[in-house]
Amino acid sequence: MGIALGLVFFYAPIELEEGLLQKIFYLHVPLAIVSLCGFIIGGIMAIAHLRTRDRRWDLRSYVAIHMSLIFGVAVLLTGSIWARGSWGHWWVWSEPTLVSYLIVFLLYATYQPLRFAIEDPERQARYASVFAIVAGAFVPLNFLAVRLSTAYLHPRVLGSSANLPGSMRFTFLVSLVAIALLFATLCSYELTAKRTRMLLRSRSRILGFQ
Amino acid sequence: MIELEALVRRYGEREALSDVSLSLATGQTLVVFGPNGAGKTTLLRVLSTLLRPHSGRVTVLDRQLPQDAWAVRGRVGLLGHEPLLYRELSARENLRFHARLHDLDSARVEELLAAVALTERADEPLKSLSRGMVQRAAIARATLHDPELLLLDEPYANLDPTAIDLVAPLIGAESGRTRVLSSHDPASGLAQADVVLGLRAGRAVLVKAAGEVEHQEIAGLYR
Amino acid sequence: MKRTVGALLRKELLVELRTLESIPGMSLFAVSTLVVFHFALQRSTVDGDLAAGVLWVTLLFAAMLGLNRLFVADAEQGGFDGFLLAPVDRTAMLLAKSLALLTYLIVLEIVAVPAFALLLLGPPLGPALPGLLAVLALADVGLAIIGTLIAALAVQTRARDLLGPLLALPLLVPIVIAGARATAPLLSVGHTGALSGRWLALLALYDLVFGLIAYAVFDFLLED
Repeated sequence: MGIALGLVFFYAPIELEEGLLQKIFYLHVPLAIVSLCGFIIGGIMAIAHLRTRDRRWDLRSYVAIHMSLIFGVAVLLTGSIWARGSWGHWWVWSEPTLVSYLIVFLLYATYQPLRFAIEDPERQARYASVFAIVAGAFVPLNFLAVRLSTAYLHPRVLGSSANLPGSMRFTFLVSLVAIALLFATLCSYELTAKRTRMLLRSRSRILGFQ
Repeated sequence: MIELEALVRRYGEREALSDVSLSLATGQTLVVFGPNGAGKTTLLRVLSTLLRPHSGRVTVLDRQLPQDAWAVRGRVGLLGHEPLLYRELSARENLRFHARLHDLDSARVEELLAAVALTERADEPLKSLSRGMVQRAAIARATLHDPELLLLDEPYANLDPTAIDLVAPLIGAESGRTRVLSSHDPASGLAQADVVLGLRAGRAVLVKAAGEVEHQEIAGLYR
Repeated sequence: MKRTVGALLRKELLVELRTLESIPGMSLFAVSTLVVFHFALQRSTVDGDLAAGVLWVTLLFAAMLGLNRLFVADAEQGGFDGFLLAPVDRTAMLLAKSLALLTYLIVLEIVAVPAFALLLLGPPLGPALPGLLAVLALADVGLAIIGTLIAALAVQTRARDLLGPLLALPLLVPIVIAGARATAPLLSVGHTGALSGRWLALLALYDLVFGLIAYAVFDFLLED
């Protein structure tokens, strides 16, 4: 898996012939797509948690959202660089997807403060799941709202990717797959790390009490 | 009436109730002893359906919790540390609210206000009443819907002896209801008990019929 | 269910009438905010986009106050337990609290909108009123639903007064978008604009989606 990931990642830059700005595009958009999917998947896992009451779903939901948030920082940074390159400003309100993303980011940034403000672990997991579901439903609605409110000054990024010539589209897809794989890999690392830590903690508790 | 088999209720990683088993027949009184933090309140809250059991079998009024909790609510009365009443509202308003929740009419409210001797001050906000009166209002709330099972968490705190006698028909042994009550007083506790449960750190260290329990065993829980 | 919602709502409004915690605070805050806007914007009248913006920001922040107080009495005085012990459908609490918050918002607007017209609005309010009321009605429903959901979420946490608005504001952005966009033409000089159906549709969609979600998840916030 790691080999495939590395290959894919390095293959993409080789294909690039355009300027730096286009390269950012290949990072920014896939990062955004993957992280938004991550948020929504986090919401779906939260539904599974509430229905099955299995805490493992909550752990997966947390990791998905946490990772998406980290990717989200990258999205906003690359988006800002792209805006600077394309339109001369570090931030533009006229790009609906960027604006929508900011709002979604601000929402999910409250996920961790919410979790840490609840002491009872069972309640924390439950409330976090409720939040993840509400926020997950919010993502598409928010994009719709912002899109409606923004004058169509600039081509929609997702729409424009369909108009890409063959080689660019290929690079874009490769990049998308690479980042999705990166996301999945990092998530599984974090899951394993968390599980190990939990296991260690419960073992030491048992030993400590014995 | 109540059957507990290896009940476990966690708080985080700690077990607030650990492998608790007992049974109680209809009309009997179970008295729970134990130091603070032993799990008495948790046990009462699990029996009242406010907390779900994390593992083990819990049968209350012939219904399994948590699946059939909806069928048990309305037949159980809980008197906890908090009166569960709104301080800004009067006793009458609070009881009327609970009566509506339980689909009872206001005549029942008046009946209970009289039974706890609060009719005179029934229209004053609870925050202006003494602790003992608020406790009496709470007792009225807990017995308003004529529950088959009473769960009482240190019910006689804040009550003077006259008040204790006053509420005896409602929550005392002569009420005829099945009762589970927590107590710190071995003498009076044992006197009322049919079954005794001693809790320490969530574990049931003592489960016996009242006749077989000695005072020292209860005192031992607190050491 | 209706009986339970009725009982809860009655209790809610009774407690509010006794304590007057939410409504006067929200209304006063709104009026103060309008005054602050006068000084912050350095204008005596606003119209069009600016008017819509001032109005919606004022309403939104005043709503945050109401949100913060919504479940406090229940959390502090064991109101949740009392309700949870009763043999009733727990979603009744969502309905009752949303209706209560909706009531507070309506009262807030009865104070704030005329105050706004008096203090800051340039064009006359009269002709704009029907459209404005339609927008406010739909927006209030959304505010009430999300407000209740987030308030229930936040009340059981530490720093509840901070977390409530923090969680709610991003979620309420679509309402602000639709509300402000819909209202701006209504409040323009010469009343040039008409009410665009698209924003009402967005608000209705928002209300529907989050209404359904709130209905589905609310029970999980109450149980233990």
